[in-house]
Amino acid sequence: MAHILLRHREIDELHKLDVYTDHGGYEGLKICLQNHTPEAVIELVKTANIRGRGGAGFPAGIKWSFIPKDAEQTYVVINADESETGTFKDRELLEGNPHQVIEGALIAAYAVRAQLIYCYFRGEFMDSAYNFEQALKDAYANNLVGENILGSDFTCHFYSSYGAGAYICGEETALLASLAGDIGQPWSKPPFPAQAGLYGKPTVVNNVETLANVPPVIVNGAEWYLEIGTGDSPGPKIVCLSGHVKRPGNYEVPMGITYRELIFGEEYGGGILGDKGFKALLPSGGSGPVVTENALDAPLTFDGLKPFDSLMGSASCIVMDEDTDMVWATLKMIKFFEHESCGKCTPCREGTFWLERVLEDVYRGRGTQKDIALLENVAKNMQGRCLCALGEFATSPILSTLIHFLDEYKAKVTVAPSTNGADGSTRQREAAPVA
Amino acid sequence: MGRLRQKHSDIIDGVLARYPEKKSAILALMHLAQEEYGYMNQEAMQDVADILGVDSTHVLSLAGFYSLYYEQPVGKYVLEICTDLACALRGADEFAETACRKLGIEMDGTTEDGLFTVKGVMCLAACDRAPMLQCNLKYVEDLDEAKFDALIERLRQEAASGEEEPSVVHRILAYAKD
Amino acid sequence: MTDLVTLTIDGIELTVPKGTYVVDAAKRVNIDIPVFCHHPKMEPVGMCRMCLVEIGTPVRDRSTGEVVLNEEGAPQINFGKGLQTGCTVPVSEGMVVRTNTDVVTDARDDILEFLLTSHPLDCPICDKGGECPLQNLTMRHGPGASRMDFTNKAQLAKHYPLGQLIVLDRERCIQCARCIRFQDEIVDDPVLAFHNRGRYLQIVTNSEPGFDSIFSGNTTDICPVGALTTTDFRFAARPWEMTPVASICTHCPVGCNTTLSTRPEAAAGGRTVIKRVMPRQNEMVNEIWMCDKGRFVHHYADAPDRLTQPLVRKNGELVESSWDEALELVARRLQEHKDSVAGLSGDRLSNEDMFLFQRLFREGLDSPNIDQAQARLGGGDVVAQVGLSHGSNLAGLGKGDAILVVASDMHQEAPVWWLRVKQAIDRGAQLVLLNARPTRLDKFATHILPYAPGGAVEQTHRLLNAARVALDGEEADPLQAASVTLVQARHLVAFYGGEGLTLDQTEALARVLANLLLLKNDEGVNHAGRANNGLVAIWPHNNTQGAWDMGIRPDAGPGYQPLDEPGMDAAQIYDAVSSGNLRALYVMGADPIGDELMADRGQLDFLVVQELFLTATAREADVVLPARSWAEREGTFTTGERRVQRFYPAIPVVGESLSDWQILARLGEQLGLGKPPYAAGLVFRDIAQAVPQYEGMSFRELARVEEQWPRVGDDDLYYGGTSYDNKSGIGLQWPSAADNTDASVEMYELTPPAGAPAAGTPEPPGESLMAIPITVLYRSGTLIDHSKVLSTRIIPPSLLLHPADAARYDVQHGDMVTVEVAGRSVRLAAYLDADNGVRELALLRGALLPPGVAIAPLQIVDVEKQAAPVEVQTVPG
Ligand SMILES: Cc1cc2nc3c(=O)[nH]c(=O)nc-3n(C[C@H](O)[C@H](O)[C@H](O)COP(=O)(O)O)c2cc1C
Ligand code: SF4
Ligand code: FES
Repeated sequence: MAHILLRHREIDELHKLDVYTDHGGYEGLKICLQNHTPEAVIELVKTANIRGRGGAGFPAGIKWSFIPKDAEQTYVVINADESETGTFKDRELLEGNPHQVIEGALIAAYAVRAQLIYCYFRGEFMDSAYNFEQALKDAYANNLVGENILGSDFTCHFYSSYGAGAYICGEETALLASLAGDIGQPWSKPPFPAQAGLYGKPTVVNNVETLANVPPVIVNGAEWYLEIGTGDSPGPKIVCLSGHVKRPGNYEVPMGITYRELIFGEEYGGGILGDKGFKALLPSGGSGPVVTENALDAPLTFDGLKPFDSLMGSASCIVMDEDTDMVWATLKMIKFFEHESCGKCTPCREGTFWLERVLEDVYRGRGTQKDIALLENVAKNMQGRCLCALGEFATSPILSTLIHFLDEYKAKVTVAPSTNGADGSTRQREAAPVA
Repeated sequence: MGRLRQKHSDIIDGVLARYPEKKSAILALMHLAQEEYGYMNQEAMQDVADILGVDSTHVLSLAGFYSLYYEQPVGKYVLEICTDLACALRGADEFAETACRKLGIEMDGTTEDGLFTVKGVMCLAACDRAPMLQCNLKYVEDLDEAKFDALIERLRQEAASGEEEPSVVHRILAYAKD
Repeated sequence: MTDLVTLTIDGIELTVPKGTYVVDAAKRVNIDIPVFCHHPKMEPVGMCRMCLVEIGTPVRDRSTGEVVLNEEGAPQINFGKGLQTGCTVPVSEGMVVRTNTDVVTDARDDILEFLLTSHPLDCPICDKGGECPLQNLTMRHGPGASRMDFTNKAQLAKHYPLGQLIVLDRERCIQCARCIRFQDEIVDDPVLAFHNRGRYLQIVTNSEPGFDSIFSGNTTDICPVGALTTTDFRFAARPWEMTPVASICTHCPVGCNTTLSTRPEAAAGGRTVIKRVMPRQNEMVNEIWMCDKGRFVHHYADAPDRLTQPLVRKNGELVESSWDEALELVARRLQEHKDSVAGLSGDRLSNEDMFLFQRLFREGLDSPNIDQAQARLGGGDVVAQVGLSHGSNLAGLGKGDAILVVASDMHQEAPVWWLRVKQAIDRGAQLVLLNARPTRLDKFATHILPYAPGGAVEQTHRLLNAARVALDGEEADPLQAASVTLVQARHLVAFYGGEGLTLDQTEALARVLANLLLLKNDEGVNHAGRANNGLVAIWPHNNTQGAWDMGIRPDAGPGYQPLDEPGMDAAQIYDAVSSGNLRALYVMGADPIGDELMADRGQLDFLVVQELFLTATAREADVVLPARSWAEREGTFTTGERRVQRFYPAIPVVGESLSDWQILARLGEQLGLGKPPYAAGLVFRDIAQAVPQYEGMSFRELARVEEQWPRVGDDDLYYGGTSYDNKSGIGLQWPSAADNTDASVEMYELTPPAGAPAAGTPEPPGESLMAIPITVLYRSGTLIDHSKVLSTRIIPPSLLLHPADAARYDVQHGDMVTVEVAGRSVRLAAYLDADNGVRELALLRGALLPPGVAIAPLQIVDVEKQAAPVEVQTVPG
């Protein structure tokens, strides 16, 4: 299949401006500047139903339409923080096809009348960002960015900005706080970025991949885009396949293919490493609930895993074979969230820490039956109480593995009462423990 | 005038010019300061604070929040090995152990010659190339023992020769100059 | 009119202004939604999650926008998916809030459990124990036992000094960020921050010196746990052992309302002592804040070297005597020198003291020679005409209003006014600043009109002239732009100080400002006689205003009644002392010799000093009369906003000391003024009769309170913090002349200054620099010098120079320099500062010029190099 996003896989040196323009690059921007009002661009993106690729799937056109038309200053911010465990698609796009991201962002800026775009990279991407910085420099030199772009009256500046190591900065408000020079703690919404974002001004935050979808839609039209993918999950999606598969990597697929095809298909994962049996899939990196064999025939769409109490999210598929210790895998994920919790709100700050301690005990064989109940109870007490989604994310590996792999937990704990003084009792009002 | 200003005036001005509000430049300036001072020591923090006109408490706060800033001295080469789930499924933990053993240090430790520090870090967005690490922010992927040995050897030689490639931070922030 | 919104909370319908947050709305109808991070004076952050409640909004028909009704005909309410933080959600029309359902209670239980997983639960030894929101809420909602493995509890520093005044207990901190936000949002000293993240989040400071803020103590009041404590109160007492007594701070013109927490102290031999000073709510004066000077300076009351007995000079030595003997002697000697006697009073004494002081001289001795010992600022008469109008509250200033500040470093001279002016600016008020040097207000100013040192009057005059022109529609230069801002403002409050000015110049300055306030704008309205308009003098202390009101001056009696034959003023008195034209002098609550206003007792025959300590002046006296500190007695003070406020006795009398008014009354009796009044309240009754402005006031009226918002001090200490609610009086503001009869206040005749120096940098004064003394909060003084905690913060006499000037004289930061200025030779520590220094101008901190000199050329005659720079304490800013 010819790629729409990962086009650099076919076209050599696509990160260079002349190569990109030779292959139709910046046509989308030109079309907008010449033929479309900002409102028309928003309409088009709405019709194509480009949904956010950052994980939540929120329609980009609708997000853009929230920006007040009369705002004096608005911003577009590209979310290139990509820090979710198992996610590595944005990095490839930024390295291989940076102009398409730049072009998409410019179109977004045109649509919301922004005069300034920032691309917020996670700090660890400084090494990956050369192509992007060079692309931006070339774009400036060719009047694709800056004052009166391509002779129009659209003026828009565009800079990169770098984080310094914090997963939470992928959360849009934390990102904006970080971009403003503060610690990356999210703020309680409302206000939403579209109302008061960067420096308190209306701001659009979009994922790298989301914006890369925009230029082809402008050039080929919404109808073309809607032909790809499924009804409410149109367009292509880059899937990051990792873990126990033979051919890990990014795969650009039309949404709607099944997880089984992705993992086992020759074009894609090519099956489980060492031809072992499949055990579990984390379809959305560390932050989505784990699914098992029975979910593999679900379509890869935003809601395809709903029947299995999971979600596509950013489509970072971490595959685990039959020998994987699921308590160990869960502990890895919990350690991630404990390490990345920003600490701003109580349930996440204390909850992730507590979960990690108890789970570590269970994993090391120091836990008791009561600790399993405690894990579930603590996770549930966090749900619906946290300031941002990170705290919620942290509960999903625990709660989903407790459902699917309870016996693995049970096999690790002793029946003897805890020796360390923890009282794992579940409070009275809680439903009976899972055990 | 602080050392940072004296040495990197053009980069600093370039970074400052990117933002309507000065404070936004702080993360970049801290990266620069860390290159200059080796880690975020008191001098580094004060230097950044003076350029931006903020209290150095703010710089300290950021140094503590973001994991790429080091508050303790580190080796000349910081090897950040991803040991997060996706990499760990492909042997990252074992690889990290091997790396530490070969360098004769514990995780988060620094070799006696002050050349290498090894850290275990969270996902670096290269899970398909596990085991992998970042060495002074440069990606080194699809690692195995032999490749690791070669890397260490090359870095030792580089350090001995005194001929160093420009740092990732300097190279990328230099784009701000124009 | 603000828009109003009607909503229902737990079945109670209420109407509140739009923009009110749910927790604040609930509080209005006495419904407690527990909070930790939320504070009614700060922006919400929604981080502790304690305030989770069910919030529903009416369902509206998409097409019509009409509210959908249910079967019963009531609006259908959509409660959404989960709970929301009541502290971040603003009320909306028809909103329904539930704060007492099971889901809400469960959430509170769980959040508390999460908080307690880190908390040490060391309540039995915690300073906050007994007044701790966390403790109280745990009793109400907390789990009975910990499910958290004990070994996983946080083990952190329990004694982490953030600075000289504040200690952090890291285990107790619940990361609510109130302290960080207070320092950043309210007082603009962002010297606290979070360090690390997640469970390792910690409060840190990296400022030099530590926790560099003159408002730091307030963080201990709003900290909802015992994490932040003051170094002097830490482990000093339990809240329930202490008796709160209402008081008033005297250390600047703001007059913050305070509470003195007292307790009998074993270490003091069972004597009751002040354990701490905390703000007492007065939303019109200090809200719930105070500065560190006012909070920590109280230790002087307890100083071991307080005077306890009258002293009489015998054979050249001051020896203890009885009151009868001392008073008889004083009365007799004053009587003897009736024709050549004078009285000097400090400006921290109460109205009662000052009233009786002037009566003693005017009626008892027939002497008109009384004045303030150290009058630095004039214009009291002008203030009485167009002073800040009755009913004003700085909290009422905001968008459309303007504030003018002239010749003052308000941050150091009146910290809480600075804070309130800053909040007004945050609300949208515009600030016009006239000063000879940068101060902490510069960054908030809309217009800064600098002038050459000494040029304040001229510059203000120019502003006034520009305002006259500006009224004709011109807006050419910065002066005119500024004047338009001022004259067209809805409300205008003008503050003035006396930095770099002589007493006469400040008087002139006040008149110019009065005319500016009286100027009518396009709509024919001026800025006098309406609430939130008028003139405020940044007096040195609370009660300088009272000194004016009581007639502590040679030319007018109580209530600004001019005298036909004025007596000697302070300057003349000092001259007369040295020249021998004065025989006897009575000094009350002042130290003219220590302050270098007077070289020695000169040719005086008789010197009597009434004091707390054996000051330099007292050491030369013939009789020393021991007075009580403000904490051992009662009375009234009048703030710079002319609010008369009452303070109460808190601790037992030290030794045989008497209240100043009592001493004066007993002397008066000997001089034929009748029986001493029985109580301070009765003296005040005389004042209310003698001083027209105080008419109708009485101790009882001054003790009246009214409900204030936000409500603090209730059982739910988590809401406003532990500062005290006000049960003892909010005081009464006396009306200015303009308040009474607008029409009768006429503009002053002004003599336009001729050939005044232009704005900008002064002419380089050749080999010398120009020097002006500036006021710093922590300046040396009789009281602060005896305060064990604050004495460490006193700024030693220093010379603040711009680095460029310092380079010219080869002076480095920390060098000791000897300078010659105004005929004196002074040794000072050099302090170099590019941000606060001014080229060609040397700022004297903690060093004074001789009386009558406000600005003088300064010569650097010697520089002692310091091998390593000495610690020169910073002034924040
Ligand atoms: C803890 C957390 C981490 C996130 N990390 C990322 C990220 O690395 N990249 C990203 O694009 N979105 C991330 N998001 C989602 C963003 O908040 C936001 O929804 C997204 O950038 C919107 O872009 P989109 O609509 O184009 O997807 C994260 C969200 C949370 C709660
Ligand atoms: S020290 Fe007190 S005020 Fe500051 S964050 Fe901790 S609990 Fe809150
Ligand atoms: S979250 Fe509302 S009070 Fe803390």
